[in-house]
Amino acid sequence: MNKPIRTISMFCLLLFVALMLNATYLQFWRADSLDNDPRNRRVIEAAYSRERGAILVGREPIAESVPSDDRYEFQRTYPIPFKYAPVTGYFSFFSQTAIEQTQNEVLSGEDPRLFVTKLVDLLSNDPNKGGSVQLTLDPDAQDAAYEGLDALPGDVEGSVVALDPATGKILAMVSLPTYDPNKLASHDLDEVTSTYERLDEDPSEPLVNRAIAKTLPPGSTFKIVTAAAAIESGNYTASSEVPGGSTYRLPQTSAESGVIDNEGRDCGTDRIPFAQAMENSCNTTFAALANELGAEAMLKQAEAFGFNSTYLEDLRPQAESVFPEDMNPPETGQSGIGQFEVRSTPLQMAMVVGAVANNGVVKRPYIVDEVQSAEYDVLEKTEDSDLSQAISSSTAADLTQLLVSTVDNGTASPAAIPGISVAGKTGTAQSGIDDVPPYAWFVSFAPADDPQVAVAVMIESADIPRGEIAGGQLGGPIAKAVMEAIIND
Amino acid sequence: MSQTSALMGFVHRRRRGAELFLLVLALAVGVGAYAAVGIGVEGSVPVDIVSYGGWLTGLVVAAHVAVRFVAPYADPVLLPLVAALNGLGLAVIHRLDLTDGTTFARQQLTWMTLGVLLFIGALVVLRDHRVLTRFTYTFGLSAILLLLLPLVPGVGKTINGAKIWIGVGPFSFQPGEVAKVLLVVAFAGYLVLHRDALALAGRRVVFVDLPRGRDLGPILAMWLVSLGILVFQKDLGSSLLFFGLFLVMLYVATERPGWLVVGSALFLSGALFAWRAFGHVQDRVDIWLHPFKYYNNPTPPFSDQIVETMFGMAWGGLIGRGFGEGDPTRISYAESDFIMGAIGEELGLTGVIAVLLIYGLIVERALRAALISRDGFGKLVAVGLASVVALQVFVVIGGVTRLIPLTGLTTPFLSYGGSSLVANWVIIALLLRISDQARRPIPDLSGQDEEPDEMNTQVIKL
Repeated sequence: MNKPIRTISMFCLLLFVALMLNATYLQFWRADSLDNDPRNRRVIEAAYSRERGAILVGREPIAESVPSDDRYEFQRTYPIPFKYAPVTGYFSFFSQTAIEQTQNEVLSGEDPRLFVTKLVDLLSNDPNKGGSVQLTLDPDAQDAAYEGLDALPGDVEGSVVALDPATGKILAMVSLPTYDPNKLASHDLDEVTSTYERLDEDPSEPLVNRAIAKTLPPGSTFKIVTAAAAIESGNYTASSEVPGGSTYRLPQTSAESGVIDNEGRDCGTDRIPFAQAMENSCNTTFAALANELGAEAMLKQAEAFGFNSTYLEDLRPQAESVFPEDMNPPETGQSGIGQFEVRSTPLQMAMVVGAVANNGVVKRPYIVDEVQSAEYDVLEKTEDSDLSQAISSSTAADLTQLLVSTVDNGTASPAAIPGISVAGKTGTAQSGIDDVPPYAWFVSFAPADDPQVAVAVMIESADIPRGEIAGGQLGGPIAKAVMEAIIND
Repeated sequence: MSQTSALMGFVHRRRRGAELFLLVLALAVGVGAYAAVGIGVEGSVPVDIVSYGGWLTGLVVAAHVAVRFVAPYADPVLLPLVAALNGLGLAVIHRLDLTDGTTFARQQLTWMTLGVLLFIGALVVLRDHRVLTRFTYTFGLSAILLLLLPLVPGVGKTINGAKIWIGVGPFSFQPGEVAKVLLVVAFAGYLVLHRDALALAGRRVVFVDLPRGRDLGPILAMWLVSLGILVFQKDLGSSLLFFGLFLVMLYVATERPGWLVVGSALFLSGALFAWRAFGHVQDRVDIWLHPFKYYNNPTPPFSDQIVETMFGMAWGGLIGRGFGEGDPTRISYAESDFIMGAIGEELGLTGVIAVLLIYGLIVERALRAALISRDGFGKLVAVGLASVVALQVFVVIGGVTRLIPLTGLTTPFLSYGGSSLVANWVIIALLLRISDQARRPIPDLSGQDEEPDEMNTQVIKL
């Protein structure tokens, strides 16, 4: 009977080899795809209860994991929830956003840069701790921006962005309305779901970071771009005379709507000094300049500042600021004063004034300053980089001169800081929709001779009578407070 | 072969010292795993490590001493392999207990104690396995009665849709586990008597020697019994196990592959019939083919068990999460049928392969005992028991890892389940007895210098 026993032995061997191959297939070859399956609650729950690294501003954590005594080991908390929510995002059982999402690999400890830490944790049998992320935000500037915007009457919708023009570091980023990420990070998953649904359906869009994710017509602040294109063309300098007049009829139009006026501001007749046009924010001047330069030159100048592209690498989602292509002459005229289909994020407008402040060089904006290990050893520091040379440094100097005089003698005077030379520009953009009040804008940088900070303020809506909405009155003081916070540091 | 080697004067060594050394390693696995569970889950070595370890050591030493005295030539590897598996199983069940708040490990330790006692009892009482041929038909009948018992109203219990349980007081008992041992002995007794008739008579059809019509009786009867288990008890696994076991033993007894052809044809037709006739068999196949389709299903069929096992094993990866770091309680019945899922998750592919190798070695040692056994009955019993272990491991682990459709069976020595554990300890006792007989030197018939007690064990009463 030994021959069949040997056959049976071979058969048993086959069975066991099949089992081993199958187990190897399951645990080795297929493991990655199974681990990445969105239905795999194991991986999600493990990430959820892991000790995530902190998100730091200055020396303070604005997001950290604290031990929890319920079914998950750690609870994500946000000590300063409303002020920083648009930047930190939230870390919920179901998803992550903003820094929590883009820096997830570091915060969760999966990032290869944390390899040594992981190895040490493995050998010492400690649970794997995530690394920390140090942001570029300046707490004083952030406070000034948030408090300034929040102090406006009513339910404010708006945003403030401040940049270091020389590096592209984002010094402040505020968006209102905001939300409490602690509620979304809660371990009470039913509460998380209902909170999320409420926030998601809210028409004021509290989950949208208006600083980078919502574009609106920039209005008169865009005149900086038009002026830049004009000076770059070689036909103008800061001391040239530019077209003036109380009205300007857009080419190829005959109806009443084709006439642009200056809402009562003094823009002279025929030719006026460039400084006067900027100080009084003359619509007639800049519409005429845009047509004189042509749609192509305007598009080229806008794209040199960053329009029609995305550049932010460490924060999502970023909306692309738009300057339309293939415009006809009346549309070109409108675009010269930041209307028609020109749309910009507050960050984009901050980059425009930032480039003027930085000798014409647009720096790539960034918000993650350093990636650190769990023990706060610096693993990587973000290097600043140039995005483009938008204008020549002489053009930048001319523009600075015009913008300083706009603060000193013109519409942007609310941003003036005693003893410091400030460059700024207001904007009040027509929403283009009936019943929707205009948007108030303000952009500025200071000190004009040695720029340390560039600011953009955008107020989408607040409880202010329609007639009183003006970029200078509303945005100017906020920009001033942010600039002072940086300069007095 | 054994005859030849005996003629050449070859004598197997007892190797009891080797067994003791391997048992120390096996205990290190069992007690070490228990300590690792404590450290991993609760952060400290369990307070009862000494009493637990002592108890486990006591059981293993008792088994070893019994073997040393009553089966001194028995295979030295089998007992340590089984002790390691049983110890590992206890630790994994304990780990699941800690999360679930159950006390399965404590009950399992009680069952293990009973298993070891029966193991010792079987070795002590049964000095020669050939005695068992006397009970061929008694065992066969008892096996069928035991298999029918769960169908008796009042005695049988239906758990998870399978009618394979009987209630004895507070305990649930799976009589099928005991029946499988009895069946192996009954088959072996029957086949060793009738193998010539089954082997020699027959007709040749296209290179295959087919058996005579009247000899088909027993195989048809077994086929019907298997089908009956499937139809009335809805137990796919046992049905497959019993029929496969019978087929293997028939093939070994007759040395005719023709039986395999006939048997496989019968099995395939039975499986096809079951698939077409029964919804629960169809569900099993559907879940096997498309597990993710039925994951988190609001209504049956559910595939959560198999999908969670796949996720868990994938998450475990090559070296596993470590005890306490995984989430094996997501798998329902992780302590019984799906214990390989828990091992795969927390001990990784390394642990799974180690367990599979241990099973492979158990089967290999059992088949080796069959090869060197000097009597046909011993050969058949050993082959049968080896096949039981191999088939059961293949069916349950293959099912859990989605190699084949899932069928409910316990993983020998690892899974929580008293009847299975006790029955498997008896299987090992029988295998040790057969290998002891096979490895023992042939008595010197000149009658000089013979130890009297060894002569006694050579008396054959049939």
